[in-house]
Amino acid sequence: MTTTEIAGAPPRATPPLFSRLANNKLLRFIIVRFLLIFPTIFILVSMVFFLMRTIGDPITAAQGGRLSAADLAERIEAAGYNRPLFVQYFEYLGQVFTGNFGTTISDNRPVVEVLATYGAATLELVVYALIVAFIVGIPLGMVAAALRDKWPDAVLRVFAILCYATPVFFAGLLLKLVFSVALGWLPVAGRASARTELRLNNISDPTGIYLLDALRLGNPMLIGDVLSHAVLPGVALGLLTAGVFLRLTRTNVIGTLSMDYVDAARSRGVREFRLITRHSLKPALIPIITVIGLQIALLLGGAVLTETTFEWQGLGFQLSRYLAARDFVAVQGIVALLAVIVAITNFIVDIVAALIDPRVRF
Amino acid sequence: MTTATTGPRALLRRLPIVHQLRQSVGLQRAMLIVGLVITGVFLLTAAFAPLLAPYGFAQLRDDDGSFGAQQAPNGKHLLGTTVGGFDVLSRVIWGTQTAFLVIVVAVVLSIFIGVLLGLVSGYIGGWLDRVLVVIADAVYAFPSLLLAIIAAIAISGGQSNFWGGIFAAALSITVVFIPQYLRVIRAETLRIKAEAYVESAKVVGASTGRIMFRHVFRNATRTLPLIFTLNASEAILTLAGLGFLGFGIEPTSAAEWGYDLNKSISDVTSGIWWTSVFPGAAIVLVVLGITLVGESLNDLADPRLRTRRKADRTPAPTAETSAVPGGSLDSIVGLDGLEKTR
Repeated sequence: MTTTEIAGAPPRATPPLFSRLANNKLLRFIIVRFLLIFPTIFILVSMVFFLMRTIGDPITAAQGGRLSAADLAERIEAAGYNRPLFVQYFEYLGQVFTGNFGTTISDNRPVVEVLATYGAATLELVVYALIVAFIVGIPLGMVAAALRDKWPDAVLRVFAILCYATPVFFAGLLLKLVFSVALGWLPVAGRASARTELRLNNISDPTGIYLLDALRLGNPMLIGDVLSHAVLPGVALGLLTAGVFLRLTRTNVIGTLSMDYVDAARSRGVREFRLITRHSLKPALIPIITVIGLQIALLLGGAVLTETTFEWQGLGFQLSRYLAARDFVAVQGIVALLAVIVAITNFIVDIVAALIDPRVRF
Repeated sequence: MTTATTGPRALLRRLPIVHQLRQSVGLQRAMLIVGLVITGVFLLTAAFAPLLAPYGFAQLRDDDGSFGAQQAPNGKHLLGTTVGGFDVLSRVIWGTQTAFLVIVVAVVLSIFIGVLLGLVSGYIGGWLDRVLVVIADAVYAFPSLLLAIIAAIAISGGQSNFWGGIFAAALSITVVFIPQYLRVIRAETLRIKAEAYVESAKVVGASTGRIMFRHVFRNATRTLPLIFTLNASEAILTLAGLGFLGFGIEPTSAAEWGYDLNKSISDVTSGIWWTSVFPGAAIVLVVLGITLVGESLNDLADPRLRTRRKADRTPAPTAETSAVPGGSLDSIVGLDGLEKTR
């Protein structure tokens, strides 16, 4: 075409410039979003610190009745809890900055070590829950959208509300009653049976994620044992998020089904099933990715309850154990650590959402 | 409004719930009615708990002697007794009172503080707004239960008496809710701030306080009933979660469903089902009822989700189909963020 020859130079110069601008915008978004992590962590850690100090020093809280006044004073002195609050605060901030979240009072372990030991178990549980949520939530959401305002839609909507209305620990107890006690199909509690646990803990450089370790050993007995222990906790925690995914999928598929391009596809003779599974689902999944960030926070909170219900030896179980022992240094440490994890996960989710959906960046 | 605005009947029609009931059709109406009935039963049970419950929540014995622990449901104890020897039915009934009080205290407190902060943040703006928004976002993104645990430790050191426990639970829930109200009210305030009537009030010489509380506040709070129902149900779940982790109210001070469920973990393993099923079902029912009401109000307020009457029926006048007299609600930005809570 002659026009391209006439205006030969400008069009060739434009694309790189344009893409560079776009890239810069993405880069700027990532940098700004990354910098936002720090105030978030700072605010949460400070809040937790000051809230926890309103009850006095943690040593009195933990050992109050058991030690003589002199011993107590000595231990408070040694730990530095008798200094001005702000001195302690800045020292604590400095420690957190270097990755030191304190040492537990009841069993004298660094909080970071507690995370290293039990973090994998919680991660495993949260991943199982997310898998359940995806498997249950998204297909059912599509069904509800396809049959909008008919009876299956009504049933599914009530199901979604029930998922939300049932506390995870009650869902867990019900599942236990039915599948472990009445039917005897699945184990009652724990991450694996004692023998499996022994085998898995003795392998060289374990990941702590039992399923991965069992898969590496390649022993079907072990894999089966680990999976059978994972089903009930995974479902109990997963249903909570499944309800949210179901509702989101339903609303968004209904939204995209009324778009012009779907009408266009329909008029070209694309079948209704394909319209829902292909044309409408993909754009409808974007909000779900954005929501996963918030769901991680919800899942971590739910994990504390699920782990307590199923004696799942993860961070949440340890947290409730330390709560019962009134070891508030451990509680403060674990919560602050979780704040860091949540802030970083949200950052990653936001970046992924921005990469997938350019509208987020602008 | 195009409705005839004379007479008591017209007034009745414009009352919040009544208006939505008239507006809804089919499935949505059924969901709203079911929700209202469950919520009504919950409120009545809470009000008449002393009359309905056969025993006190902390009662261990009557004239015939001690109740005995873990008794299966029988004629004397319709839902059996707990591991601690309490009557399950009585504790389920008394639990409604605890739940109701916590909801009221938590929601009233968080509305009061959250709305105030949201108005100030949105209307005055500047660095205060930025600081508040960053704090609210940080708190909002954090697992609410963990925050509530920290707040419960700070407020009561974990354990307390009846009112102490109620306030500890309510305040810890409040800490979690304030950011939600702040976000919604702030978003509304930002929108209203740009309206012509605010500008004309400024021109007339109204003070900042007067504009904030008269002009902006009145118009920014129309979404509150929706958030109220959502938060009421979340308050119950948080209370139960706290109780389950041992931060509830002591069993001798009040009946609390989460605490009872915690005590029933070991019962479940030995096949004793009545100590967990009934308090758990109570939580599910109450949350379900309140959520159904909130959901229906939310759907009815959103023209995209509202089920329309069939064409062959008399179409309702457009102004009347709006959930809140005076306009549609689909421009509310902040409400999207609440998706997390459901």
